[in-house]
Amino acid sequence: MFEPGFFSSGPVVTALVIGAVTAVVSAVVGVFTVVRGQSFAGHALTDVATTGGSGAFFFGVSPLVGFLGAGVIGAGAMDLIGVQRLRGRDLATGVVLGVATGLAALFLYLDTTSRATTGATQQILFGSIFTVSSSVIPLVIVMSALTVGVIALIHRPLLLSSFSSELAAARGISLRRVGLLFMLALAVAVGLSSIAIGSVLSTALLIGPAATAIRLTSSLRRALLVAGVLGVVSTWLGVLLAYDSFYWFPSSQGLPVSFFIVSLVFLAFLGSGPLSARRGSRSPATEQARGSLRAEVV
Amino acid sequence: MFSSFMVNAWLIATIVAVVAGVVGFFVVLRGSAFPAHAIPNGAFAGAAGANLIGVNPLIGLGVFSLGAALGIARLSRRGRADAVTAMALVMMLALGAAFLSQSTEYEPAIFSLLFGEILGVSGGQIVPVAALGVLCVVAVGALYRRLLLTSIVPEIAAARGLAPQRVEVAFLVVIACATTMTVPVVGALLIFTLMIGPPAAARCFVDRPGPALVLSVAIALVAVWASIAFSYTTNWPVGFYVSSFSALAYGAGRCYAWRRRRRAAAVL
Repeated sequence: MFEPGFFSSGPVVTALVIGAVTAVVSAVVGVFTVVRGQSFAGHALTDVATTGGSGAFFFGVSPLVGFLGAGVIGAGAMDLIGVQRLRGRDLATGVVLGVATGLAALFLYLDTTSRATTGATQQILFGSIFTVSSSVIPLVIVMSALTVGVIALIHRPLLLSSFSSELAAARGISLRRVGLLFMLALAVAVGLSSIAIGSVLSTALLIGPAATAIRLTSSLRRALLVAGVLGVVSTWLGVLLAYDSFYWFPSSQGLPVSFFIVSLVFLAFLGSGPLSARRGSRSPATEQARGSLRAEVV
Repeated sequence: MFSSFMVNAWLIATIVAVVAGVVGFFVVLRGSAFPAHAIPNGAFAGAAGANLIGVNPLIGLGVFSLGAALGIARLSRRGRADAVTAMALVMMLALGAAFLSQSTEYEPAIFSLLFGEILGVSGGQIVPVAALGVLCVVAVGALYRRLLLTSIVPEIAAARGLAPQRVEVAFLVVIACATTMTVPVVGALLIFTLMIGPPAAARCFVDRPGPALVLSVAIALVAVWASIAFSYTTNWPVGFYVSSFSALAYGAGRCYAWRRRRRAAAVL
């Protein structure tokens, strides 16, 4: 199973470390994202961050500034347009996403015409965990710890406000402020993961393990644990398979690592459906999970 | 700007704008922005796959967008629709990345699938796009009352025995159909912009569904026509202009709605 040179390869070790860190952060933020029903915003912010990445490329700024800056601005704009109302939320996300993709089209056009950099489009859109420079690792870890810290601080009002806005308001929780704080944490988490592992993987690791875990268990702590473990395992297994796949075809044209990780996450998600149904609940499993999460908060 | 090779661009842009305005009106009304983003974006992988095995990309787009629509509808029955949509989207994108890694497709082709190349439309593309466009508009016309009822007053729809799930599946298939015809022309990312901005703006200006639908088409048409003109003169991508004009229209709509509400409050 381990092809020669797997652990001694520098890019592979970097990929394993970065992958694990981002998988854990994505899983933690992801559980709250799924419970709050903000998967669309979580995904849209990866595209917004990617726009920032291509913008940074054009202006010659550090990509990290581009990814995080655009994500934070995008999250603020979504909140401003109206993330509060459930239906207006999708619209706000859509409007911001539309503007971001338009700008991305412009930046990528300018990038490719002004510098003749082949591969820039694909690099920015899909990214690759194997091309991360190991120098960003410390920064990614610090920012990730900060994000998890913010989430840990606000996790109670966050859960309460997603289940019952009346109850939260009665306890003196500012829904607006909690929502905005969460959106900013989401933007930072997503920005970090899209720069480290690419935008496709970013959404997959944010939503997949979390949605699977919420189907499987009904306590918040266990959901966080299951999501984290699932994320890390699929990331590592995906990296291993991608490395091995260089030896599968005679052309020695390997398959991208994102393909393997996403497939593993997707299979786990599909598999959790029948599993959660067999747990004997007539109501949808997520509703059940929400019920007991609610009990935990109240 | 109106030379012979540009005629195709104007024609096809007009068809796309009408379809996006009509379908997008219900996308906004039903809060289906996420599927409307995921289906075209994921369908792009179908085109990449079709390229790889040497089939007409339109077939790949059709298979993938239809598969996405049905898959999202099927999986959403159990579990959260938005998480399911996200999973379907990333799975298709990952497949797309796998297809691209195996093909020798050069980069501008990817760029044009994502962002469109409306200025390079050939005459042969107009007929299939027009046919699918008519199909979409007819389908929305046939579903019109049911779509309105299930999105605005779900209680009345239920009382009349309408199955909201079946209407949702039908609507997702309409989005898939609109996607198949428009992605090769305007790109995966732009059809989404066009389905959100103009209808959202129209809803700010007008309350009644009929006139709002007409206004939505009108705004989409103006946005697309202006974008082609600007793109032709400046050489910048059409997509940038389409999204800018759509956002401007939406901003104007929000300002108008805000002022109208303030005036109504002052009268009271």
